[in-house]
Amino acid sequence: MAEVLVYVDHVDGAVRKPTLELLTLARRIGEPVAVALGAGAADTAAALAEHGAVKVLTDDASEYAEYLVVPKVEALQAAYEAVSPAAVLVPSSAEGKEIAARLALRIGSGVITDAVDLEAGDEGPVATQSVFAASFTTKSRVVKGIPVITVKPNSVAVGAAPAAGAVEALAVSFSEMATGTKLTARTPRESTGRPELTEAAIVVSGGRGVNGAENFPIIEALADSLGAAVGASRAAVDAGWYPHTNQVGQTGKSVSPQLYIANGISGAIQHRAGMQTSKTIVAVNKDAEAPIFELVDYGVVGDLFDVVPQLTEEINTRKG
Amino acid sequence: MSLRIVVTVKYVPDATGDRHFADDLTVDRDDVDGLLSELDEYAVEQALQISENFDDDVEVTVLTVGPEDAKDALRKALSMGADKAIHVEDDDLHGTDAIGTSLVLAKAIEKAGFDLVVSGMASTDGTGGIVPALVAERLGVPQVTLLSEVSVGDGVVTGRRDGDAATEQLEAQLPALISVTDRSGEARYPSFKGIMAAKKKPLEAWDLSDLDIAADEVGLEGAWTKVEAAAARPARTAGTIVKDEGDGGKQLAAFLAERKFI
Repeated sequence: MAEVLVYVDHVDGAVRKPTLELLTLARRIGEPVAVALGAGAADTAAALAEHGAVKVLTDDASEYAEYLVVPKVEALQAAYEAVSPAAVLVPSSAEGKEIAARLALRIGSGVITDAVDLEAGDEGPVATQSVFAASFTTKSRVVKGIPVITVKPNSVAVGAAPAAGAVEALAVSFSEMATGTKLTARTPRESTGRPELTEAAIVVSGGRGVNGAENFPIIEALADSLGAAVGASRAAVDAGWYPHTNQVGQTGKSVSPQLYIANGISGAIQHRAGMQTSKTIVAVNKDAEAPIFELVDYGVVGDLFDVVPQLTEEINTRKG
Repeated sequence: MSLRIVVTVKYVPDATGDRHFADDLTVDRDDVDGLLSELDEYAVEQALQISENFDDDVEVTVLTVGPEDAKDALRKALSMGADKAIHVEDDDLHGTDAIGTSLVLAKAIEKAGFDLVVSGMASTDGTGGIVPALVAERLGVPQVTLLSEVSVGDGVVTGRRDGDAATEQLEAQLPALISVTDRSGEARYPSFKGIMAAKKKPLEAWDLSDLDIAADEVGLEGAWTKVEAAAARPARTAGTIVKDEGDGGKQLAAFLAERKFI
């Protein structure tokens, strides 16, 4: 059976959920071979094996943390040359897309970014993408070389499928180009204790209607009652009420959770572009004419300062 | 030492318009108004700021690849303050994918001559965000991408990249390519004076033969990816909308419980 290379996104050996989703999708096409790089690379093996990786190629060179993107491209290229896979899958993070693009160009292959689904096809994998602020769905294929495809988080439910997950060292020699962009300092983001926005099953967002940074705790309390991530509209972020890393929309994060709760968000195209593929959408807004209500499964026309705390209290009561 | 900056910009269909696909599954550019991609305005802005803060001569060239109307994007950038513009236009470019676009941009940037390439973080239509990395790969220069802060001095570019997991400080020698985010600083509006001055600024037109690119390396036929189907997303079925009469929160909780979210 053909092998499929899967690029592993991990933090010091802890595999992030989108990689497990990639393994799940990779199994539709062939046998997953994982590539894990940097500090803790070998520690990823157990989780990867549990989700179907037949092999885990690892290299913990320090260059991956010292220089931007290119060392990872060269490692993935080395793995590609060692394995001769039928496809290469990479998580659709900002960095993942850059790695995938440069790899594709080097190996003479087409690249598809931000797939939301992937299936085997007679002429190679077929990728589904959601475009124009999720108003269209396209199906695309790579027609030259070995398909390189990046897949967005929450595209598939993770399925376990134990496999050998044998760890092998990957031999990588870096070119001069690999050390072109130096990371002179790195400050890890402080953990909020909440799920990562793009990976969360539930996202609770606040917009202009929240009316100030001092009111965002109302949104956070609702999020915490549901174990959700917190999002914010561009209006709220531009006003300085909430960090940009939490922005949902065209120029922020694109999310696709099981449940999206929009509070005080009108639903401009800018915002819709980032959340329209959510499975269930709920909105609370004072303005009955707000375009967000065109998208919702359930909407409450009312003051979020009344509705949201009541909702949070009710959820906490029900959960006992 | 003087500094030559090339800013890559894209002319895109207005995101607030009714964007759709043409019969050949390329983006329909005829029925929707186009404009300079908002995310590229930040690139023009940063190029102008770098120019203003640099203590020697700087020339800012804006470059686009696109149909006749794409000149509008160049004129906007010129009226913001760029010095000259290059428009790569050729009928054979219709349907070019990201890999092909990066080829055309890289050849044009080399022909123009550069010390620094400045790009936006992504286009507002394709949204892939991979063209800057591809152009850097082709040019063989450092990629210093997704910067929210940037400064250039003494043959070195430095900047801050706000990643998903961490904030990184980056540094590279020129020549280099950078891309900037919408957090890099509000783009200026063209002044009346700027708009008038833009009319007299040079705008060169190049085609594929000027760049030694064969027709079959680009366009729909030369693309390494193929869109096989495009369908409008089915309209969401109308949901339940209730007016809060004092128990809106409780009603919403009941809905979430019914859907098993609680």
